[in-house]
Amino acid sequence: MFKRTFAGVALALAATAFIPVQAANEQYFPLQSYRVGPYAAGGTGFFGGFIDYLKYVNANGGVNGVKLTWSECETEYVVEKGVECYERLKKGLNGAPAAATNPLSVGIAYATLDRSTADKLPLITINHGRTDSTDGSVFPYVFPLQLNPYSEVSAIVNWIGEQSGGAAQLKGKKIVTLYHGSPYGKETNEVLQVLADKYGFELTLIEVPHPGNEQQSQWLNIRRLKPDWVILRGWGVMNPVALKTAQKVGFPANRIIGNIWSNSEEDAAPAGAAAKGFISITTHPSGTGFPVLQGIKAQVVDKGEGDLADPKRFGTVYYNLGVVNGILNVEALRIAQEKFGQQPLTGEQVRWGFENLRLDDARLEALGAKGLVQPLQLSCADHEGGGAVRFQHWDGEKWNLISDWVQADRALLRPIIEASARKYAEEKGITPRDCSKEG
Amino acid sequence: MLYREAGQFSVRYADDRRFFRLRQGRLGLAALLTFAFLGVPLLGNDYWFSAILIPFLVLSLAGLGLNLLTGYAGQLSLGSAAFMAVGAFATYNFELRLPGLPLLASIVLGGLSAALVAVLFGLPSLRIKGFYLIVSTLAAQFFVQWALTRFGWFSNYNSSGVITAPPLQVAGLDFSSPAGRYLLTLGVVSALFWLGANLARSELGRNWMAVRDMDTAAAVIGIPLLKTKLLAFAISGFFLGVAGALWAFTYLGTVEPHGFDLSRSFQILFIIIIGGLGSILGNFLGAAFIVLFPLLLSNLATLLPAGFIDAGQLENLQKMVFGVLIILFLIKEPEGLARLWQRFRERARLWPLRY
Repeated sequence: MFKRTFAGVALALAATAFIPVQAANEQYFPLQSYRVGPYAAGGTGFFGGFIDYLKYVNANGGVNGVKLTWSECETEYVVEKGVECYERLKKGLNGAPAAATNPLSVGIAYATLDRSTADKLPLITINHGRTDSTDGSVFPYVFPLQLNPYSEVSAIVNWIGEQSGGAAQLKGKKIVTLYHGSPYGKETNEVLQVLADKYGFELTLIEVPHPGNEQQSQWLNIRRLKPDWVILRGWGVMNPVALKTAQKVGFPANRIIGNIWSNSEEDAAPAGAAAKGFISITTHPSGTGFPVLQGIKAQVVDKGEGDLADPKRFGTVYYNLGVVNGILNVEALRIAQEKFGQQPLTGEQVRWGFENLRLDDARLEALGAKGLVQPLQLSCADHEGGGAVRFQHWDGEKWNLISDWVQADRALLRPIIEASARKYAEEKGITPRDCSKEG
Repeated sequence: MLYREAGQFSVRYADDRRFFRLRQGRLGLAALLTFAFLGVPLLGNDYWFSAILIPFLVLSLAGLGLNLLTGYAGQLSLGSAAFMAVGAFATYNFELRLPGLPLLASIVLGGLSAALVAVLFGLPSLRIKGFYLIVSTLAAQFFVQWALTRFGWFSNYNSSGVITAPPLQVAGLDFSSPAGRYLLTLGVVSALFWLGANLARSELGRNWMAVRDMDTAAAVIGIPLLKTKLLAFAISGFFLGVAGALWAFTYLGTVEPHGFDLSRSFQILFIIIIGGLGSILGNFLGAAFIVLFPLLLSNLATLLPAGFIDAGQLENLQKMVFGVLIILFLIKEPEGLARLWQRFRERARLWPLRY
């Protein structure tokens, strides 16, 4: 009798051990975050905003009843650690399937690009990444959402044209690009040359070796050239040093345009008075006035559940980028749910959601993110969607917007992107998808 | 008891010179290799292959490369990562520019290119020693990185200067899956370890050790210093170059010059210091320590209840624990983990009955 009971119990135990844990009604976000190391300022802000937005969605009932869940793995912005985190987290958590990865690092994105495609898990590189991954027929699982590096410089050139009174006035202007000596920094050199040839402005490319804490000779060179504008393509410590050195050599800050990674409070504030007047582009204005941020404040931060260690950073550029990223991920999920049902989805299904992501002004209004997120429309062939930036101006304490959305010349860039994607497909032996057959 | 050598007699001189003189050692190695080649691919999962085993194997190989140079030939070097970068970029270019060249041939050619560069930067070793030599190999570190970023040809004019791996095919078989990449790495690493272990016991290896212990004395007894030192740099460069190619192709699948920066050179140096200078096994032990311990700590940390400690602080805590572990190990055994293993083996021979 005892034996039989024992066997029964053992059987029952074995059975429960082998039945997969019933997946809760949850969708999982693997977060390859970085909170220590040289880029911690960006990492804590971005992932803080992302997590707070996910909490905010959960506080409002999740996505059609599906709760969002996440866990973090520290990458320190190091490629190997990012790969390790990717492999560790890709399987999901307690039965909740992974939706998409958001490493916020060019290096990690490059290293997990093939893996994401093989594992059918979307890889989101908001505002950065490989430019040619915009071509979704070759890169089905990679999404440089909102703004790829080419669109970024094109929009800057268009704005300079506007400021000078029309694109025709660009002819003969002198523009210097001061870039970080890394893959990220060099990514746009080629396309800047194309734009210079088209509009007839005089382009000078000047490299600042990593990490960029000494720029005396570069700025003396700039003073000699007397350019009309300097495009600052910096990263981390390079940005405040550039602003300070510019002041030292007497170059006005209001003729320097910071790119998308030279546009945060952490870039301008350390330069003190030298940064006053500095202009930069952004896809995600800072500020706490947007209704969605007020919602996060009321339902997450004020309850003491906010992710930021320093509450003063609420509403800063990096934080708002995290919120924007959260909105785009969750909206893709919502759109995919319309097709595949209101349940946790696989990476492949979420990819469909990203490819059909469509945010118009009405939807942005409903989300409380009008002006914070640009209108977007993605497709199988176009994984970027927006390509617009707003310009902002540093008054010594905070950023103030000085323009509406300025669009990049995407038609001009598209052939360059396609050629580059084709070259990649050839090297890797990939047959591009036929986008006319995608639903 | 398990490690008993009673009854095992050497009847030929060759028996005495074997790498594993004891039957237990040979059986152990055979069992380990069988398990690594057959058992692991069946049991492992993607995480184990891609995040743990492949980097462990590649760094062991890189450790071996540096160990031949530093541990055996006594030439200090901080250019390991540069030679890895040369191997990776050369393999990529051979693969790209000579279509139809088998992958393994490209890897070997990549290794040879790294050997060439290593010889070039090894030339100063004929005049300078010790810390001064470190400085000259440091130049390799900066020069190679500069050249690879400066000249677009190396990365096929990719706008961002990042190369991506071609499809991994050997003899018509596709090795692109995680298990396949593991097997490919394991195959190359095993072959090179066999080569390295034999080299270290060859005449050349003995010459290296003579140079290491005192190069004047070595020259006096007729060892050609020029040839011996440059061969050490060349062979070390070859091993590191192959390790670099594997790092780029089977591990990350992509590489940028910054992936092979100075901290990678230090990492390899720490592997051989912790593992044991002048030891073959030490490379594995050192790489395991450097690769696995941080992962173990970080996996343990996820078991803590969420929000118990702030995520950023948790990460810093892990670094502190890891640092303390390194110090403890080096105090306990300054000659490295390999020596620890050797002591353990000596005791196991007598266990359980001591004299």
